Amino acid sequence: MSTFVLLTITGLGLGAMYFLIASGLSLIYGLMGVLNFAHGAFLTVGAYVTWWTSTHVGGGPGVKLLVGALAGLAVGALLAGLVELVLIRPLYRRHIEQVLVTVGLALALGALVQAIWGVDARAFPVPDWMIDTTTILGANIANDRFVEIAAAVLVFVGLTAFLRYTRFGLIIRAGVENRAMVTALGIDVRRAFTLVFALGGAVAALAGVLSGVYFGVVDPGRGTSLLIFAFIVVVIGGFGSIGGTAVAAVAVGLVQQYANYYTTGLGDLAVVLLLALVLLLKPEGLAPKVAH
Amino acid sequence: MALISVRDLHVYLGESHVLQGVSFEVEEGGVTALLGRNGVGKTTTLRAMLGLVPRRGSVRLQFKGGAGEELVRAPTHQIIRRGIGYVPEDRDVFAGLTVDENLRLAERNGNARYELVYELFPELKTRGAQKAGTLSGGQQQMVAIARALLNENPILLVDEPTKGLAPLLVTEVAAALERAAELATVLLVEQNLAVVQRVATSVVVVDGGRVVHSGPARELLDSPERVQAMLGVHGGGHR
Repeated sequence: MSTFVLLTITGLGLGAMYFLIASGLSLIYGLMGVLNFAHGAFLTVGAYVTWWTSTHVGGGPGVKLLVGALAGLAVGALLAGLVELVLIRPLYRRHIEQVLVTVGLALALGALVQAIWGVDARAFPVPDWMIDTTTILGANIANDRFVEIAAAVLVFVGLTAFLRYTRFGLIIRAGVENRAMVTALGIDVRRAFTLVFALGGAVAALAGVLSGVYFGVVDPGRGTSLLIFAFIVVVIGGFGSIGGTAVAAVAVGLVQQYANYYTTGLGDLAVVLLLALVLLLKPEGLAPKVAH
Repeated sequence: MALISVRDLHVYLGESHVLQGVSFEVEEGGVTALLGRNGVGKTTTLRAMLGLVPRRGSVRLQFKGGAGEELVRAPTHQIIRRGIGYVPEDRDVFAGLTVDENLRLAERNGNARYELVYELFPELKTRGAQKAGTLSGGQQQMVAIARALLNENPILLVDEPTKGLAPLLVTEVAAALERAAELATVLLVEQNLAVVQRVATSVVVVDGGRVVHSGPARELLDSPERVQAMLGVHGGGHR
């Protein structure tokens, strides 16, 4: 029983990170039709900025992490907003070129991070209380798992409220359905594009921070490795749906953990099988093309 | 001076040269009906005027006492903000949004005319919380027209508002168009000749991507032979 509880909460923690990356990816594709392969780079940059800032501020590990995370999120949002304005906007409706640009940018940002901070993993500032464990039904669970889950729940609630109760949210939800008709109502949908990119960048950077806490280190390949699973989550959840993304992220995190333990390391394969199953039974994903 | 002057408008969709130099004028006031057989480019003309498809040529807007404005170089949202309401073919309501949200999205300033909209379509008030995707075709058309009427647009571009509607709803939509024409200049694409006869003051006939006739509505519609020749239908009939 204790093993199952441990696997479940660890799987939820992993799913939380997948959700944080995938939610921005899903909204960006749902609204703009852009497959953003540079999204993982926002995560890596956010994590590195967090680590770098934490090494330059005083205080305990908690303060370092908090200040570092704020800097990481700000840089993630700024970087993503700039990418949309400078690189994506001129290629509006040119999807092949957009893919090429985002792939190139992912490679360039990865190389830049390596050039500045090297290829070796860097120890992340993790407060002791996050490393400590809490016992639930006999399972000793690291407290950082609860932080990751709580952060994802907060982001989910925040994004849902933003989409449901603000005018920008209304524009995004409508834009995911029919972008052309939004402009035909006199709305400059490009502002929503930039906002969604910046929002996605901030949330990806948060995923970078939490992945640093989860793994204890940050390395240049972090964003790329998590991005693959985030894409799977988005496909399963349905492009443009925050609710679908949340359900898919939890499913992928849990399946990966259970399969890794019960089948001696076939977690990644199990995720791919889950993806294949969804594509066969519900090719449009769990909740397609409606931002809710 | 015409309110809208369209000159030599060309649109290519893929390999197809859909509009081949469309030119016509819309005078201020009344309803100008854009007529023609299926697939001749009527909807594309409206979409090109709004920049919803890539186009070349000139679309000039000339409000009384104002400087003329060229619309072809402006993006769609800016064209709309100059005072144009658009009712697209097939309604294009946002299915995942409620009726209220569809209307709220269309608001461009604090002067939204909800009283007018609810007077014309009382049903929209009672169905405010209903998802637009669950409405009937007629109700969705009401939402689409209401979005265009919500703002004080001096110009309305309306694309086949009676398409696929039951006869009773056609009458209701025609009445709404008549009311809209009291408030704005309307450029209407419509296949239902009975509706055209009821509301149109002038007509523009498109064929093969070009304008082949324009003039007062009565001049064309009172001549069954010309209607038959230009539109391929019997005058006064319902296609």
